Amino acid sequence: MNDLWQAFFKAISLVITLDNRLLEIVFLSLRLSLSAVGIALLIALPFGAVLALTKFPGRKILVIIINVFMGLPPVVVGLFVYLLLSRSGPFGVFGLLFTPTAMIIAQVILVVPIVTAITRQVLEELHLEYDELLRSLDVPWYRKVTALVWDARFSLTTAALAGFGRAISEVGAVMIVGGNIDHLTRVMTTAIALEARKGDLVMALALGLVLLAVALGINLFAYSITETVKRRHQ
Amino acid sequence: MTKHPSILPLKVENLEYEAGGKQLIKNISSEFNQGKRYLLLGPNGAGKTLLLRLCHGLLKPKSGKVIWSSGKDANPKHHQAMVTQRPVMLRRSAYANIDYALSVRGVEKSLRPDMINAVIQRTGLTRVANKLATVLSLGEQQRLAIARAWVLKPEVLFMDEPTASLDPPATHSIEELIHEISAEGTTVIMTCHDLGQAKRLATDVLFMFRGRIKEMSSADDFFAGPQNDLAQAFLDGQLIWWKRRPEKDDVQI
Repeated sequence: MNDLWQAFFKAISLVITLDNRLLEIVFLSLRLSLSAVGIALLIALPFGAVLALTKFPGRKILVIIINVFMGLPPVVVGLFVYLLLSRSGPFGVFGLLFTPTAMIIAQVILVVPIVTAITRQVLEELHLEYDELLRSLDVPWYRKVTALVWDARFSLTTAALAGFGRAISEVGAVMIVGGNIDHLTRVMTTAIALEARKGDLVMALALGLVLLAVALGINLFAYSITETVKRRHQ
Repeated sequence: MTKHPSILPLKVENLEYEAGGKQLIKNISSEFNQGKRYLLLGPNGAGKTLLLRLCHGLLKPKSGKVIWSSGKDANPKHHQAMVTQRPVMLRRSAYANIDYALSVRGVEKSLRPDMINAVIQRTGLTRVANKLATVLSLGEQQRLAIARAWVLKPEVLFMDEPTASLDPPATHSIEELIHEISAEGTTVIMTCHDLGQAKRLATDVLFMFRGRIKEMSSADDFFAGPQNDLAQAFLDGQLIWWKRRPEKDDVQI
C-alpha cells in the first residue's frame, strides 16, 4: 500500500514540476484529440442538422446506422483504418500509417457518429418545438437553421464535449494505427497502457491524473458557460 | 415599414380539411373584414383551431381556397401574425424574442430598439425584458407572444384561445391588450370557450359545430338570441354534441 502512495505522490510531483516527457505526451494527446474533434464537428454538425431538419428516402435507416455507429468498437475502427492505410491498402501510397494523421483519422471516425447523433436529436426536438412559430413568421430555411443552431448551442457544446471525451480517452484504435511510437505517436492513453505494463506506475498515474484533470476542466468550462448565461437572464 | 395594399377582406371558399380519413372542416365559406374582432365559438372538436390554422397557412386545405386581397404584389404572410394557446418561446431573452421577429421581417437593426422597448412597455414586460423567455410565467409568456406579434403591426392577428390557461388577472390583462391592438386597426380573429370573454371582446361571432360554421352574426345579435338552435343550446350550456342533426339540415353561411 505504501508503494502505491509513494507512486501517487511522485506522480503528483511529476505533474507539478511539469516533467518534459509528460508534457510532450499530454500536448500531443490534446493536439490530436482537438484536431479530430474540430474536423468531426465540421462533418457532424451539418450532417446532424440535415438529418434533423429534412426528410428524404432512407433517412430513418441512416439515423439507425448512425446510432449503431455510436457504439463502434475502437479496435475495429483501428483495424479498418489500418487496412486502408497499410502499404497494400487503397491509401497506402500516402504513407500515413503510424503517424499522428492516421490517429486523427481513426478518432474522427469514432467521434463523427456521436456528434451527429446528438446534434440530430437536439435539433430535431427543438425544431418540433419551434416549427409552428417559425412557419407563422415565414422564416426562410437558412434562418431556421441558424436560429435552431444558435438556440441549441449549449446542447451542441455538450455534443462536442462528448466527442472530445471519446477522442481523448480512446486507446484501441490509436494504438493500432499510431503504433505508440515514442516522441511521435505516443499519447496519454497508449502511454498509460505501456507504462503500466512496464511497471512504471509513477508515469502511468501522472498521465491518468492529467487525463482526469483535462476531462474535469473541460466539463467545468462548459458548465460555467451555461451557468453564466443562465444567470445573466435571471 | 412601407405602405402596402391591404390584405383584407380575407375570404375562405369551400374550405375542406381532412386528417386521418376524417373530414374535420366541411365546406366552409366566409369573409373577414377590416377592423373587426371575430370570435370563433363552439364546443371542443368543432374545428375552430383548424380554421385559424388553415387561414394562417399553417395547414393546407384538402380543397377550397383561402384568398387574401393583396394579390401577388405583397406576401400576405408578412401582414398577419398568430398567437397560440401554448406560447412558443425561443430560448433567448424576452427582448431577443421580439427582436428576432423584427429581424425576420427585415426591419433595420437601428429601428428595432425603439419598437421593442415601446411594445415591451405597452405589454407590461419591462421588468422581465432581459430574462430568459422560457422561465417566465405562463401569463408573461402569453403577453410576450402577443408583444412579438404586435410589434410586427399585423393587419390580421389570429389568436387561438390566448387565455385558456390563465388566471383572471392575467386574462384581464390579455383582453386589454386585445382591445388596444384592435383599436390600432388590426383585425382580430380568435377562438375561445369563455362566453363572458366573447361578449367582452367580440364584434362578430362565428359559431362552429363539427367542422361547419352554423351561424355568423354580429356579437349583439348572437348574444341577443342566435338563429341556430345548436348555438342557442351552446349559449344555454347544454350538451350539444348529443343533438347531431342529419347533414342535409346543415345551413351554409
